[in-house]
Amino acid sequence: MAERYVLAIDQGTTSTRAIVFDRAGRLVAVRQREHQQHFPRPGWVEHDPEEIWANAQRTAAQVMGDVAALPGELVALGIANQRETTVLWDRRTGRPVTRALVWQDTRTADLVAELAARPDAHLVAERSGLEIAGYFAGPRLRWILDSVPGARERAERGELLFGTMESWLIWNLTGGPAGGVHVTDVTNASRTLLMDVHTCRWDPELLAFFDVPAAVLPEIRPSVGVIGSATALPTPVPIAGALGDQQAALFGQACFQAGEAKCTYGTGSFLLQNTGTDLVRSSHGLISTVAYQLAGEPVHYALEGSVAVAGSLVQWLRDGLGLISSAAEVETLARTVEDNGGCYVVPAFSGLLAPHWAGEARGVVAGLTSYVTKGHLARAVLEATGWQTRDVVQAMDADSGLPLPALRVDGGMTTNNLLMQFLADVLDTPVVRPMVGETVSLGAAYAAGLAVGVWSDVAALRRNWHRSAQWSPRPERAAALTAEYPRWQRAVELSIAWGR
Amino acid sequence: MPGSVQSIERAAAILQVIAGSGGRLGLREISEAVGLAKTTAHGLLRTLVTVGFVAQDRRTGRYELGAGLLSLGTSYLDDNELRARASNWTDALASRSGSAVRLGTLAGTQVVVVHHVFRPDDSAQELEVGTALPAHATALGKVLLACQVPLPPLPQELERFTRATSTTAAELAPELQETRTRGWALEREEHLPGVAGLAAPVRGAAGLVVGALGITAPVAAVLDGRGAPRPALVGMVTDAATAVSRELGERRPEHSRG
Repeated sequence: MAERYVLAIDQGTTSTRAIVFDRAGRLVAVRQREHQQHFPRPGWVEHDPEEIWANAQRTAAQVMGDVAALPGELVALGIANQRETTVLWDRRTGRPVTRALVWQDTRTADLVAELAARPDAHLVAERSGLEIAGYFAGPRLRWILDSVPGARERAERGELLFGTMESWLIWNLTGGPAGGVHVTDVTNASRTLLMDVHTCRWDPELLAFFDVPAAVLPEIRPSVGVIGSATALPTPVPIAGALGDQQAALFGQACFQAGEAKCTYGTGSFLLQNTGTDLVRSSHGLISTVAYQLAGEPVHYALEGSVAVAGSLVQWLRDGLGLISSAAEVETLARTVEDNGGCYVVPAFSGLLAPHWAGEARGVVAGLTSYVTKGHLARAVLEATGWQTRDVVQAMDADSGLPLPALRVDGGMTTNNLLMQFLADVLDTPVVRPMVGETVSLGAAYAAGLAVGVWSDVAALRRNWHRSAQWSPRPERAAALTAEYPRWQRAVELSIAWGR
Repeated sequence: MPGSVQSIERAAAILQVIAGSGGRLGLREISEAVGLAKTTAHGLLRTLVTVGFVAQDRRTGRYELGAGLLSLGTSYLDDNELRARASNWTDALASRSGSAVRLGTLAGTQVVVVHHVFRPDDSAQELEVGTALPAHATALGKVLLACQVPLPPLPQELERFTRATSTTAAELAPELQETRTRGWALEREEHLPGVAGLAAPVRGAAGLVVGALGITAPVAAVLDGRGAPRPALVGMVTDAATAVSRELGERRPEHSRG
């Protein structure tokens, strides 16, 4: 039988990757291209959507060449994307009206504070399942409509199209101005504040609340199902899956049952727990989001705890302080000492997300004495990611009532053994890494492959999942860290108080 | 300077003199500059040439700094960096071969495991990162020893683990020579009874060997009925090592998401 391959495009915050997987879910080839980060003002973060589209098209074409698959062997394309990053473009020319507003961008803070103070603001959390926060896409769309001259009028006349990155890529892949399909997947739509999370439809009252015209919105589609043909690639391939990157990782980690959870350690850290077809509302600072939807089937939901800064704190140690020359060296530096020396780093660079939702919080380094060296600082930097995961896991246990049997991890930081052991100890739970670390791309490939029959069902995907490493909690360390936990919580309180 | 080794001090002085000369000095000038007898200086220079820190122009006889010295600063690769860069390819190798994968670096006569990927059968396994393996009895170690120039001094007697272990440097030598020639090493129950292994070198940006990557599995999985290593497995191991080397040769952008 001829080999069947699935292509995944992972459109991330700093780069775009195209990866080909085989039927066993093994990585066959990968191409990657970085794009420029634009910081026009403090707190503003922008990407050029045209640069990203060019990178996606180019890396996809390259990786297709690398595999040299025979015609028909590459059977589907899946897309995973940085979530909440917002693009508004002209449907006739295909030109964006402004650069994309990236998920890390905080320019909508005042707008969000104003909206949150309205008497009808409770509607947002009830309908969308999300905290009203500048982290999500809706306020960014509103900001563009308010700030770019003529944008609102053009939007109302139906000349402009809104989308998160998957919408932008799918529209371009399927022909752009010449018949491009304007759709979003349900997981990305659930991150806009504009969708009713119960019905998975755009909500007229939310649209009115954010003052967004319905004419700009894409059609909401299931995450798994054929969308159209990617005619912009050297050989047309059916686009058959799309998910926000964290939901893609949940899918790639084969967390298909209620209670199963994964945490991805990238720029930030993102813990998602599948809650099945029931929508679980958090009372401990988590958000309710769509996990995935197979065409013709009910939506699966997830509880999510997003932490804005994880790997980017290590990058700060490298680029901001110059203490290390590569991210991986943080482990070498941290291993020069035995413990954190009493030092705690709360990386609230632009506020704290789950479970605190304190936009005003700012970073602190607590417990400095002359004893503290760069080694201790490196350890505190790694531990910050562990402590923040504990904050989120505690909230999740309280909300879902589904204690974690084990935490499945992925992302770049999982090659850091010091951090992974610390996580196992601080959570008092086994930490497990799967064989394919590229779970985001794999999840997108799984979604697309499932839609076209490369895999028969999710059980087949589950059989592909294998453990590549496991870190077990050490009882003594776990007890010591539980005793130490209030000190971390104190440091978090200080960081919130500092910003007030 | 108590405890300092005189010959190292002298060698360092010679290197400083050569570095400052721009390759214009012969034996007489060097011995005068460092205040040593010509025979003493000559002995030191010969050793420095052997280890690649100094090179001698064949035509003029003058000395200059050697390529070994120039690549010294770039051949070092952080173990954690090596693991981070190799991870995708070690995962794929474990998945493809159905075997446990280890990535090791040489520390004296031992191999330090810097990365370990479980055998993909979801059985209970212990993470071995940080543990040491005997270089003379493992495929990883034989690759690393074979690529050392000059070979580090091995003890007269090497520890015996099984009946198959090579227990003298002389017994090991042809094995290392063969490893060097074919570019991969084979382990036939020399460390653990019933276990065989294959390994290949991983090269850094400067082309120097910075580690070894390999698999271990039951003998029957690695060797065919006639006791020869299965060519498909050898190909997987050498391909993975080449892929990691290529990865190390390029500057990789960081990838992040939100």
